[in-house]
Amino acid sequence: MKIRGKTWKFGADIDTDAIIPARYLNTSDPAELARHCMEDADPQFPDKVGEGDIIVADKNFGCGSSREHAPIAIKAAGVSAVVAKSFARIFYRNAFNIGLPIFESPDAVDAINEGDEVLIDTEKGTITNLKTGEQYTSTAFPPFMLELIEAGGLINYVNRRVQD
Amino acid sequence: MGMTITEKILAAHSGKKKVSPGELINCRVDVVLGNDITAPVAIKEFEKIGVESVFDKDRVVLVPDHFIPNKDIKSAEQAKILREFARKHELTNYFEVGRMGIEHCLLPEQGIVGPGDVVVGADSHTCTYGALGAFSTGVGSTDMAAAMATGEVWFKVPESIKFIFQGEKLNPWVSGKDLILYIIGKIGVDGALYKAMEFTGPVISSLSMDSRFTMANMAIEAGGKNGIFAPDEITLAYVKGRTKRPYTLYESDADAEYAAVYEIDARDIEPQVAFPHLPENTRPISEVGNVEIDKVVIGSCTNGRLEDLRTAAAVLKGRKVHDRVRAIVFPGTQEIYKQAMKEGLFEIFIDANVAVSTPTCGPCLGGHMGILAKGERAVATTNRNFVGRMGHPESEVYLSNPAVAAASAIMGRIVAPWEVK
Repeated sequence: MKIRGKTWKFGADIDTDAIIPARYLNTSDPAELARHCMEDADPQFPDKVGEGDIIVADKNFGCGSSREHAPIAIKAAGVSAVVAKSFARIFYRNAFNIGLPIFESPDAVDAINEGDEVLIDTEKGTITNLKTGEQYTSTAFPPFMLELIEAGGLINYVNRRVQD
Repeated sequence: MGMTITEKILAAHSGKKKVSPGELINCRVDVVLGNDITAPVAIKEFEKIGVESVFDKDRVVLVPDHFIPNKDIKSAEQAKILREFARKHELTNYFEVGRMGIEHCLLPEQGIVGPGDVVVGADSHTCTYGALGAFSTGVGSTDMAAAMATGEVWFKVPESIKFIFQGEKLNPWVSGKDLILYIIGKIGVDGALYKAMEFTGPVISSLSMDSRFTMANMAIEAGGKNGIFAPDEITLAYVKGRTKRPYTLYESDADAEYAAVYEIDARDIEPQVAFPHLPENTRPISEVGNVEIDKVVIGSCTNGRLEDLRTAAAVLKGRKVHDRVRAIVFPGTQEIYKQAMKEGLFEIFIDANVAVSTPTCGPCLGGHMGILAKGERAVATTNRNFVGRMGHPESEVYLSNPAVAAASAIMGRIVAPWEVK
C-alpha cells in the first residue's frame, strides 16, 4: 500500500483535546467531528486540509484522553496518514483499530517541511520526501496490519476473517 | 529473575507462569468500563461483531458521567444509547443519575474493582485502580467493544519504572497530587510512555487511599500504561466490606527488573502547581509568583474524594471566596456527597460562597457546568491543563491540590494555604 499526500506540520505533545475538543464530543458522527479536527491546535485546519493530506508531528502525538473520536476526526477529515516522532499509547492503538495508518519516524519529522509532498510505502516501511528525494525509515506493516487498514479497522477486519 | 507486580497480574490473567516486558499476551479482563462519550462508539462497534450478549453482564460497567446530567439533546441521545444497551443486556453495573458518580471514584467505592484485577476502560484515567494493586489501563472504544464481546484484550507487557519516596512524612499541605505532579514535572508528559509506574517507599506506606487514587489516576499524564501500588493494610482496610469478588494480593519480587528507578526525598516536595498548557510545567508553590485567577474547581476523578473535600473545607472554614472568583466543588460520588453533607462540609462551602454540584466530569473536560471564557484563568484540582481543556482555547488552567485551590479561591490568586489571612 502506498500513501501519497501533502504534509501539514505540528509540534510536540499534540493532545486529544487539541485534535478534537470535548465540546464537540456530544456526537460520534465522523463527518461532524471532522469539521473540528485539530481546531485547538490550528483553527483553520478543518478548512484547509485536503483529501489525502498527511499530518507530520513531533513527539507524543495524541497524548491525553482515550477518545477514539480523535483518530476518527483525523481520518474523516481526509487525512491519509500521520507521521510522528512518537505516539501516545492509547492513540497508537486507537488509530490502527479504526484504520488510520500511522508511522513513527523521528528523522522524517525533522526533515520534512510543511507543504512537502511525501510518499509512504507501508510494505517497505519507507517515507520519501518527493520534494528533496530523501528517504527515511519507519516500521513496515506486517500483512495482517495492511489487511486491517484496508478493511477500515479492527472490527471489520475481524468480521471479514470470521466470514472467510 | 523475579517479576514486578504488573508482570505478575498480567501473567496470572494470561495463563502463564511468567511474562517479560515486550511480550505480547492475550489477557483475560475482570472488568470492562465505558462512559457516555466512549461507550456509544463501542456499542456501535460491538453490534457489528455479531455476538448475542456481552461476555459477562456483571463485568461490563457503564457509567454515564461526562455530560451528565445531560447538558443538551445530543448528549441525552448518547446517554440513551448506554441506557438501552444496559437494559437489553441486563447489566448489573449501570449507574443512572442519582446513583452515579464519576466513574473512577465510583468503581472502587462500589467494590466493582479489587486488588489483582485486570481492568480496561474506555477512559484514559482508568489507570486510577492501580491504587488498589490492580492492573488497570485506558483503551479506546474499539478495544472496549472487543473486550465486551470476548472478555479478553491483547497487551504488550510494559517495562516498569519504580518511584521510591523516601522520608518520614509529607510537608504541610502536601498530598498525593503533589507527589504525582512532582514526578510528571521531573520526567515529562511522555516520561513513562508505554510503561508501568510503580509507587513505593516509606512515604507511600503511610499514604491514604484517596491520595493513592490521585497518584495512580495521573499516571497517564506521564504517558504511563498503568500506575500501581502494592496492596497493604491501608488497601485492605479500604476494600474490606466493599469488594464483592475474591481478590488476590500481589507484590513485586526483590529481584524484579526495572527500566529505571527514581529515588525521591519527600522533604523536597512542597505543594506543586502545573502551569498551562501541560501537566509537566510544574512549579513549587513558593515559585508561582503573582497569578490572579477567575475560577476554582475542586473535584474530579483526580481529587473529588472525601479527603479532598475535607482538606478544601479546612482551608475555607469561616472564610469567603474572593469577590472576583467563582468556586465550585464537585464531589465524586453520591456516597461522598452524602458523607460530606453529614460532616458539615457543605455548610462550610456554602457559607464561603462556593457552589456545590452533583457528581459529573463536566467542567474538567470543558463539557459543561463551569466553562471558561476567553482569557479566563482557573485553578483546578483536575488532571489536565491542555489548551482549551476547560473552555475557550485562550483560557488557562493551573493544576493543584485541593488545599492550594481552596486557598487561591479565597485570595483571588494562586497561593499556599499558609498565606491565607
